[in-house]
Amino acid sequence: MNIITIEHIAKIYQVGSEEVHALADVSLKIDKGEYVAIMGPSGSGKSTLMNILGCLDTPTHGIYNFNGVNVSEMNDNELAKIRNKEIGFVFQTFNLLARSDALHNVELPLIYAGVPSSERKERAMEALSHVGLADRMHHKPNELSGGQRQRVAIARALVTRPSIILADEPTGNLDTKTGEDIMALFNEIYEQGNTIILVTHEEYIAEHAERILRIRDGLIEKDEQVKNRYIPKKNGASKI
Amino acid sequence: MKNFLFELREGLLIAFRSIRANKVRSILTTLGIVIGVTSVVLMSTAIKGIDNAFQTGVASLGSDNLYIDKWEWFNNDIPWWELRNRKNLTLDDYKKYKELAKLPLAVAPTVWNFNNVKFKDRVVEGLIIQGTTSDYIQTTNLTFSEGRFFNELESNGGRNVIVLGSEVAKKLFPIGYAIGQEVKIRGHKFKVVGVLAEQGSWVMGNFNPDKQVFVPVQNIFKYLQSENLRSITINVRAKNSKMVEATKEEAIGIMRKIRGLSYNQENDFSINQQEGLLNTINQTVGVIQIAGLFITGLSLFVGAIGIMNIMFVSVKERTKEIGIRKAIGAKRRAILGQFITESAVICMIGGFIGLIFAIVLSLIINQFLPTSVQVDALVLAIVISIATGVISGFAPAYTAAKLDPVEALRYE
Repeated sequence: MNIITIEHIAKIYQVGSEEVHALADVSLKIDKGEYVAIMGPSGSGKSTLMNILGCLDTPTHGIYNFNGVNVSEMNDNELAKIRNKEIGFVFQTFNLLARSDALHNVELPLIYAGVPSSERKERAMEALSHVGLADRMHHKPNELSGGQRQRVAIARALVTRPSIILADEPTGNLDTKTGEDIMALFNEIYEQGNTIILVTHEEYIAEHAERILRIRDGLIEKDEQVKNRYIPKKNGASKI
Repeated sequence: MKNFLFELREGLLIAFRSIRANKVRSILTTLGIVIGVTSVVLMSTAIKGIDNAFQTGVASLGSDNLYIDKWEWFNNDIPWWELRNRKNLTLDDYKKYKELAKLPLAVAPTVWNFNNVKFKDRVVEGLIIQGTTSDYIQTTNLTFSEGRFFNELESNGGRNVIVLGSEVAKKLFPIGYAIGQEVKIRGHKFKVVGVLAEQGSWVMGNFNPDKQVFVPVQNIFKYLQSENLRSITINVRAKNSKMVEATKEEAIGIMRKIRGLSYNQENDFSINQQEGLLNTINQTVGVIQIAGLFITGLSLFVGAIGIMNIMFVSVKERTKEIGIRKAIGAKRRAILGQFITESAVICMIGGFIGLIFAIVLSLIINQFLPTSVQVDALVLAIVISIATGVISGFAPAYTAAKLDPVEALRYE
C-alpha cells in the first residue's frame, strides 16, 4: 500500500527575473513500512523534495498524494494538520525549544493536536522512555548531549504515531559513535513497522535504508534497492 | 468553546513560560503600561474628585433657587458694559417684588461687603459679610451647630445681631461658646445668635457659607457702605423644582413692571440659576476631562507602542521557534493566539501593577482633594490594558503567524 505517491512534481523558484528549477520532474512511490534514503549532493534538490514530502511546502506543478489525499493544493492550515498528525520530523540541528524541558518538547505536537493535558504527559513520557530518556525528562536541551537531544527529537516525532518519520541528516551534527546509536534507534523504529524517509549525503548512512533514491539536478537519477543493508548494532553507548 | 478554552489555557501557559524566560525585558516593557495605566486611573479619579466637589458646591446653592441680579452670572453673551449700565437693584425693588410675587416659597435680599470681624484680640480678615433678612434662611439649606438665624423682629429692626459661618466661628472661638458673645465689625458691636454647621462646599471659595457671616441687611448700609452705590441680589426660592419655571416667568413680569420697562425694552436685570452655574461647571469639567484623559491616554499609547515594538523584536528573535512550532503542526491561529496572549498577559500584569500604584497615589492625593478610586475605574483599567495588549500584539503576532515554515526553520 502506497503512503506516498508523487506524480511529475516540479518546484520552481523565482529569483529576481530568473526561474530556478529546484525540482524538474519527479515521480515516485513509497510504500507503508519502507525505509527509504534520499541522497544527493547539495543543490540537487533533495531539501526541496524533503520539504514537499514533509508538507512544509507545496509543489509548483504535479500531484502529491499522501495516504490517498491530494495535499499539493492544500492551504497553510490544512498542511499544518497533516504535518501534525501524519509526519514526524527529525532535523539535523534537532530543533528543540531551548527554554522547554524534554517532556514539554515531546508534548508540543500533542498540544497542537488538542490532546488533553494528562493524556499528553503520559504519551510524552512513554515516547521518551522508548528512546531511553526516561531519566532525562526534566532536562532542558542545553543540559543534554547531542545524542540525547536527537533522541528527544525522535521521541517528539514518534509521539503522535505518524504515518512517516522524515529525518533530515539526523546524524549530521553528531560524532560517528553517537550517530551510529541514533541509526540503531531508527532501525528499531523501522523494525516496529514505521515508514522512514532519511535524507542524507553520506553513502554509509544511506546504506542503513532498504532503498536509495539518488537525486541530481532536480531529477531522480537512480532508484535502487540496497542489497546488503547495513544493520547497526545497539551498543552500550546508546544507553547514555 | 471547549476548543477555545483549551487554546486559551495553552496560550496562557506558553505566554507565562516565555515571560519568565525574558524577565528583564518583560519588566521593562511592562513599565510603559504601568505608567500609562497609573496616569489614566489617577487622572480619571482626580477629575471625578473635582467634579464631585463642584457638584456638592453647586448643590449647596439649592436647585430651586433663582437669583434676581443686575448681573448675568454665567452668561457671556451680553457685553459687560451693558450690564454695568443697568440700574442698580435696590431694597425698594425687593420690597415691591416680595409684595407682588405669589409663587415663591421665600424671598430675601442679599448684599455683601468685604470686611474684618474681631473678637477681643482675634481677627478674621477679608471675609464676606452678607446682609440679608430673616427670610434668607428659608432660601437656603443651611443648618446650625449652635443657636439660630436672626428672627423677623431682629431683621426688621436692623438689630446688631450676627450669624457666623463654621470656619469663622472656629477662628474667633476656638473652644466654642460663641452664642451671646459680641464681635466687632469696624468697631460696631454685633451679638452672635447662631453658628452654622459646616457646609463643606470648599469649591465656592469665599462664597462658601463656612467662611461668611450674616447680619440684617440694614446694617450693611448703615455701617459699611452707601446704599445707592450697591446693587442687591434678590434670592428667590420656588416651592418645588416643578415650580421653578413658573416662578421665573412671574419674576420677569413683576420685575419689568417694577423697573418700568415698556414692551419693546430688553430686561435690565438677570434671573440667575444654579443651572447656569452647573452648565458652566460641566463645560469646564468636560474640557478638563477630555484634555486630561487625552494627555494621559498618550502615555498609555506610548506604552502600547513599546509593547508592539518588543513583540516585533520577540517574533524576529523567535523565528526559529515559530518554524519549529509550525513544522510540528501549529496552525496560523495557534501562533497568532500565542503572541497575542503573550502581549495581553504582559499588559494585564502591567495594568495590575499600575492599578496598585494608582490606588496608593490616590490615597496620598486624597489628603488634598477628596477623591477615591472607583470600582468602574479599576475594571476599566484592566480591560483597557488587556485591550492594549491585544491591539498592539496583533500586528507582530500576525507577522509570526504567516511566516513560511521552511524559511523560519532555516533562520539562525
